[in-house]
Amino acid sequence: MSEVKTSKSPMSPTQASSESTASLLRELVPHLRQNRTQLRQEWARRITEAKLLTAMSADEIFTEATAVYDQYVEALETGTFEALQAYARNLSERIIPRGVETHEVVGIVLLLRDVLARSLFAKYQEDLAKLNRILDAYEPAANRIANTVAVGFVQERERIIREQQEAIRELSTPVLQVRERLLILPIIGVIDPQRARQLTEQLLRGIRTNRAKVVVIDITGVAAMDSQIANHLVQTVEASRLLGATVIVTGLSPEIAQTLVNIGVDLGKMNTVGDLQGGIEGAERLLGYKVVPIGDNTQMPKGLLPG
Amino acid sequence: MAVPILKQGPFLIASIQSALTDTDLVQLRDALVGQVGSYRSRGVIVDVTALDVLDSFASRTLRDLAHMVRLRGAETVIVGIQPEVAFTMVRLGLTLEGVATALDLEEGLFYLNEKLRSTQQTTQ
Repeated sequence: MSEVKTSKSPMSPTQASSESTASLLRELVPHLRQNRTQLRQEWARRITEAKLLTAMSADEIFTEATAVYDQYVEALETGTFEALQAYARNLSERIIPRGVETHEVVGIVLLLRDVLARSLFAKYQEDLAKLNRILDAYEPAANRIANTVAVGFVQERERIIREQQEAIRELSTPVLQVRERLLILPIIGVIDPQRARQLTEQLLRGIRTNRAKVVVIDITGVAAMDSQIANHLVQTVEASRLLGATVIVTGLSPEIAQTLVNIGVDLGKMNTVGDLQGGIEGAERLLGYKVVPIGDNTQMPKGLLPG
Repeated sequence: MAVPILKQGPFLIASIQSALTDTDLVQLRDALVGQVGSYRSRGVIVDVTALDVLDSFASRTLRDLAHMVRLRGAETVIVGIQPEVAFTMVRLGLTLEGVATALDLEEGLFYLNEKLRSTQQTTQ
């Protein structure tokens, strides 16, 4: 992004008091209002040209561009950014679900800054001293606006990410009782340290409230884990034993098996079975259950007969 | 504070009610190991439900207790370790290796009864 549009002229920037900055900016506003249609179109055209906001249609871009333009001019006029900030949040909320990226938002705001700066050049090219003063007033304000919008967008994005993480976390660790005194804990997806801690907490609490004797932890849905998490898993198994429950771990992928061997797990402490079915069968055996088919097992139920 | 030791059939039950000093723990260990012999007990249950902390000394003393009791011909079960305590212990590497644990007193008694029954069956 070409930051400096003008090489600073030898006559150094006038030490404009804030009041004259404000008055200079107010002078810009009528100009920007007058050329609203043309500048807006120019901006929208450059957005399309730069292939930004591809997730949105041209009409949508133009509508949003209009709104942003008006907010922008208003922020220049009043020198207050609250309204713009609120609008940026609102806009972000609408466009984030559609996959608009941070670089696009920053890009379009910077484009608008450039489009307006160019129109200022065109207007004041006769009077270089005035152009300088105008730019001195315009550039900080424009940068601040760009900053405000970008920060608003990123904050909104982070808020959404936080919310989603929260939701996923709540859903992610069910502790289920499948038989009297038998719990299963299916784990799916990536385990980060925080989730691991939560898993352990819920499991140990579940053992206590359900008076479980055997727990089957199924990690078929976990593709890989680092040694820290593997260690945590081993610790969970041991802590469960301290509560009097036996843990059977099922569905270890080759990668996880490798990790466990690498960290040197004492396999005497870890009870592992190939798949969930085997784990539940083993657990039933430990609990003294025996599963038998009902009635004569040569007679299959009709629905299960072949052919 | 001394921990009362209750005789319940062939078992001894020690229920710890408050935090113990190291001296108290050693006293408890010695008392239990001694009484296993004098009562000809077959099992010992130590109930730690009331404890919020089991530090390394306590863990080691309990483990020693269990091993000493085994050498005197009886089984030991530690019961009632709280979930948070259990995880903290494991994090500190205090896993009470070779010591039976159970959820609560009832489970502990069940475990010892099963043990007793199986040894009686094998001796018959």
